[in-house]
Amino acid sequence: MEDVLFFIAAIGAVVGAIGVIALRNPFYSVLALVSHLLSLALLFLLLEAQFVAAAQIVVYAGAVMVLYVFVVSYVGGQGEPLASIGPGLGGVGLVLCIGLFVELSIAILGSGLHAIDTDGAKLGPGFGTPGQIGQLLLTKFLFPFEIASFLLLVAAVGAVVLARRRRGIDAPDEPLPPRDRLELTAAEVMRIPRAGSQAESIGLGQEEKEERGGW
Amino acid sequence: MTVAWYLVVSALIFCVGAAGVLVRRSPLVILLCLELMLNAGNLALIAFSRMTGTGDGQIFAIIVMVVAACEVVVGLGIIVALYRRRLPIDVDQLRRLHG
Repeated sequence: MEDVLFFIAAIGAVVGAIGVIALRNPFYSVLALVSHLLSLALLFLLLEAQFVAAAQIVVYAGAVMVLYVFVVSYVGGQGEPLASIGPGLGGVGLVLCIGLFVELSIAILGSGLHAIDTDGAKLGPGFGTPGQIGQLLLTKFLFPFEIASFLLLVAAVGAVVLARRRRGIDAPDEPLPPRDRLELTAAEVMRIPRAGSQAESIGLGQEEKEERGGW
Repeated sequence: MTVAWYLVVSALIFCVGAAGVLVRRSPLVILLCLELMLNAGNLALIAFSRMTGTGDGQIFAIIVMVVAACEVVVGLGIIVALYRRRLPIDVDQLRRLHG
């Protein structure tokens, strides 16, 4: 029974992963990733990691994927031709990845870890339960736990700074950038147009900024 | 199933994700492929946690999930900022963004 479940979940996870990179529409890629995550949660359950499996489904397949779906529908998931980088480069990428897989497999199967060919160590009671995870997080791994919470705070503030509208909620979107060149610097993407310039310091009106087209 | 099977599945998922990062051009799909690679790492961590019988690997996996969530939030924020400026959503044309 366990073997059957393992193969179902493993095939589901790999097919979902291939779907992510093979589907043209980003929206379908997100849905393929959701099915991949659900299969992965089944694998976690087979490895006796109940809490991580539940967190995977609730946090990942739930919250993070909803964020993806929102952004894809906002940006408008326009299809991208799969072979857009040219057959030569795409082929090189695939060959590199197949080589990487062969190398990883050799490293895994040829490693000196004897326990790798067993079903794992004998487990104590309560392995992988929320109680055990919580105890470890608040004793042995308290420092990583606090760092992780701080990292989440920084990421939340950073996302708000990156994606906010500059001049309030009613302001129109920022003006078009010059289209004569396609390469852009990070400063051009992130900077508020004309902020910090002399025109701003002497208090030129909003209309004049719009007139000159920003930038 | 032995632990080695899980590790091979993990390696396979990682390589699929790496192929996606190399082949695709849309930053949205590249973020999805980064998720794939992080998940492959999670699977390996949990397989090793099962192998040793301690919970440490599961804690690592949870921390990796936190890092993945942060990466997604910041990455999607950048994509939304690009879209607001009507910039092309294409990594080949944003090659100086590291600047």
